[in-house]
Amino acid sequence: MAVNRMFRTCPASGLKFHQPAEALIRWNAVAAVVSLLVGGILALLIVLTRWQAVHLLSPDVFYMVLTAHGLDMLVFWIIFFEIAVLYFAGSTLLGCRIAAPRVAWAGFWLMVIGALMNNYAVLVREDSSVMFTSYAPMGAHWSFYLGLILFAVGALIGCFIFFATLSIGKAERTYVGSVPVVTFGAVTAAVIAVFTIASGAIILIPTFLWSIGLVPSIDSLMYRQIWWAFGHSSQQINVSAHVAVWYAVAAIVVGAKPMSEKVSRTAFLLYILFICLASAHHLLVDPGLTSSWKILNTSYFLYLAVLASMVHGLTVPGAIECAQRAKGFNKGLFEWLRKAPWGNPAFSGMFLSLIGFGFLGGISGVILGTEQLNIIMHNTLYVPGHFHATVVLGTTLAFMAITYFLIPVLFRRELAFPTMAKWQPYVFALGMAVFTLFMMGAGTLGVPRRHWDVSFSGNPLGFEFPGTAWLMIALFGIGGLLAVVGGIMYLLVTVYSVFLGKRIQTPGFAHVTARSGAAAPVTAPVGAALTGTGSVAHPQAASGTFVLAMVFFVSFVLYYFINWKYLSTVWPLK
Amino acid sequence: MSAIQPPANRLWWKEPIEKIEITWVLIAFVWAMVLFFMMPYWHVFGKQNLANEAHRNTPEKYTAKTQEMVDKYKVREETGLNDQKIPVVHPPAGSDVYLIARLWQWWPILELEQGQTYRLHLMSMDWLHGFSLQPENINIEVHPNYEHVLTIQPTSSGNFGIVCNEFCGINHHTMVSRLYVVKK
Ligand code: HEM
Ligand SMILES: [Cu+2]
Ligand SMILES: [Cu+2]
Repeated sequence: MAVNRMFRTCPASGLKFHQPAEALIRWNAVAAVVSLLVGGILALLIVLTRWQAVHLLSPDVFYMVLTAHGLDMLVFWIIFFEIAVLYFAGSTLLGCRIAAPRVAWAGFWLMVIGALMNNYAVLVREDSSVMFTSYAPMGAHWSFYLGLILFAVGALIGCFIFFATLSIGKAERTYVGSVPVVTFGAVTAAVIAVFTIASGAIILIPTFLWSIGLVPSIDSLMYRQIWWAFGHSSQQINVSAHVAVWYAVAAIVVGAKPMSEKVSRTAFLLYILFICLASAHHLLVDPGLTSSWKILNTSYFLYLAVLASMVHGLTVPGAIECAQRAKGFNKGLFEWLRKAPWGNPAFSGMFLSLIGFGFLGGISGVILGTEQLNIIMHNTLYVPGHFHATVVLGTTLAFMAITYFLIPVLFRRELAFPTMAKWQPYVFALGMAVFTLFMMGAGTLGVPRRHWDVSFSGNPLGFEFPGTAWLMIALFGIGGLLAVVGGIMYLLVTVYSVFLGKRIQTPGFAHVTARSGAAAPVTAPVGAALTGTGSVAHPQAASGTFVLAMVFFVSFVLYYFINWKYLSTVWPLK
Repeated sequence: MSAIQPPANRLWWKEPIEKIEITWVLIAFVWAMVLFFMMPYWHVFGKQNLANEAHRNTPEKYTAKTQEMVDKYKVREETGLNDQKIPVVHPPAGSDVYLIARLWQWWPILELEQGQTYRLHLMSMDWLHGFSLQPENINIEVHPNYEHVLTIQPTSSGNFGIVCNEFCGINHHTMVSRLYVVKK
């Protein structure tokens, strides 16, 4: 079978796209955005129900919609997009042909079928409202599990295609030396994904067999333990992927290079080494596990993965600062930041993602994952508050940011509604920040997650939450609505640009064949936006970033000990 | 050369690390150690820790033990949702007290004395449930077939709510009950 060696060089960015890889990246990105659209409509319905002044849906519909929202967002939107990122970081950044495109397409269609089947179980059959965690012994229809399994197999194929692409790049010498840091981050994500999907298979396959009557029972504790080995490590895939996207956007927009390759890469390596089996922090208040296991596991062996995230939190803005200073924005501590391209949604989205993920998602995650502190927050609204800060403010916003770069480069369309695009990251980030903060506030007051009626109306034994809790619920409702508006803006810009946007015409544009057995023709590997300047600056110059990092550190320490103080007032337990 | 290109220096691992980065790595590392050691520290010096004690049990045996407690120490009845009668029990201070979680009810209602310690047993008869004591905000996962035993000391008195905060099906939001703490 002849290998397709057709490449095109993007005139704007200088990136080289392999024809089949380009189509795969586009289709995965489109499938992701469709999932986001569905998940977003469901999000609106949920917000309007939890905000009990509106209380839109009936309980059965609410639980069904909540199940579908979790799956369409956390699983389908995020993972379709991640596969696109893998192919981009593998094939495009290395200027190398993608391995076995037919197999990659098979993986893609498996994912599509899986996602459809799972949504069918939840939204059409209406008998699988078990939440995305589907904790046994509560059971769903078999098509629910089978859909997830097919999707996971498809995603696993995507990971292996990515690995095979890297080895082709090496063999055909399409790049010299080591892979770029962004690709290295993508490798991290893919390695964790393989481990994660294996855990998913270990738990979902028996559960599927149980749902069709071939396995007699599933132990609830074992289920939670292994399910979270899958569910949690997949969050680490997200972190690796969105950190890779941060580095990519920083490079593309301001030409940033890592302050030190060694530090950035070691931090990625820590993710791989210390993430495995991080499932116990979802089981900190479960019976049947010992405290020593919980402590060792929840800290991912001494918190070295948190260390890694803190390192990226410094090195990404540090890289931006160095690049900006090299351009002459050298006055004082913060001129580099003030004069950053805030009007470019790729940049503002990336930077807001970094801040939101660190301050809101990261800190709250460590608190939740502390063995004893979990007692005062487990399964309250603090939990969805925390993970909307990580996976929405962090991952989703980072993915939104890089889309603004991909539309002209990958889809060759001009960005439609540029003013709306310019404002979108701010609206979305502000909405989500308000939403997550007040959700965490309500959680601190004990308001449960996944709950249709926290007023317990008509129940003689009901509990009355304090007025402040109700205020927080209303405020997160408003924040959620604003975030939905930000989401709609994103969808309008992307969908319109991709399907109806003005085509970008370049005279003399053509796909060219690379000589068999060799790389694509070498063009200048960078376009205007990519002229790296970082190496000129002195990394010591990243003093503004260091100040920001210290602000972060002080907030972290204070908030951490405030929670211990709060815990110490609770009834003694042992 | 930028982050989306191979490193300019092929021997990048030999480049020195800058002061700012290494300082931050050290700060973060020390902080990671603090985060870690706070947990064992609290086991030794803190008062709010969960027990390692849990036994495998069957719903039948667990119900029998709970029934025994109710028979001995029932003080009155209260009316729950749909006019269900739920017994209120006042077990002796220091004793073993049992709480059943089942679709969609907590059973029975416990009445405890302020300042006393109890061994609180929690188990589910069917699916997962969440024991969430409000406004104290103590939250514990309740599993079927695992009997969890906690030593608990109510230090304040009044009427407390027990909300189910693990999704347990269509009537999950109706699963709520009380816990009373009385002054001696
Ligand atoms: C405009 C954006 C969004 C809004 C307003 C929103 C709102 C909500 C609300 C109100 C809940 C219910 C909390 C509860 O009752 O326990 C929820 C749950 C959830 N959301 Fe979102 N969400 C948004 C976007 C996202 C995105 C982008 C993701 C993932 C990438 C996501 C993942 C989840 C997950 C996993 C759950 C948990 C479902 C469960 O408890 O089973 N959300 N969201
Ligand atoms: Cu329940
Ligand atoms: Cu429940």
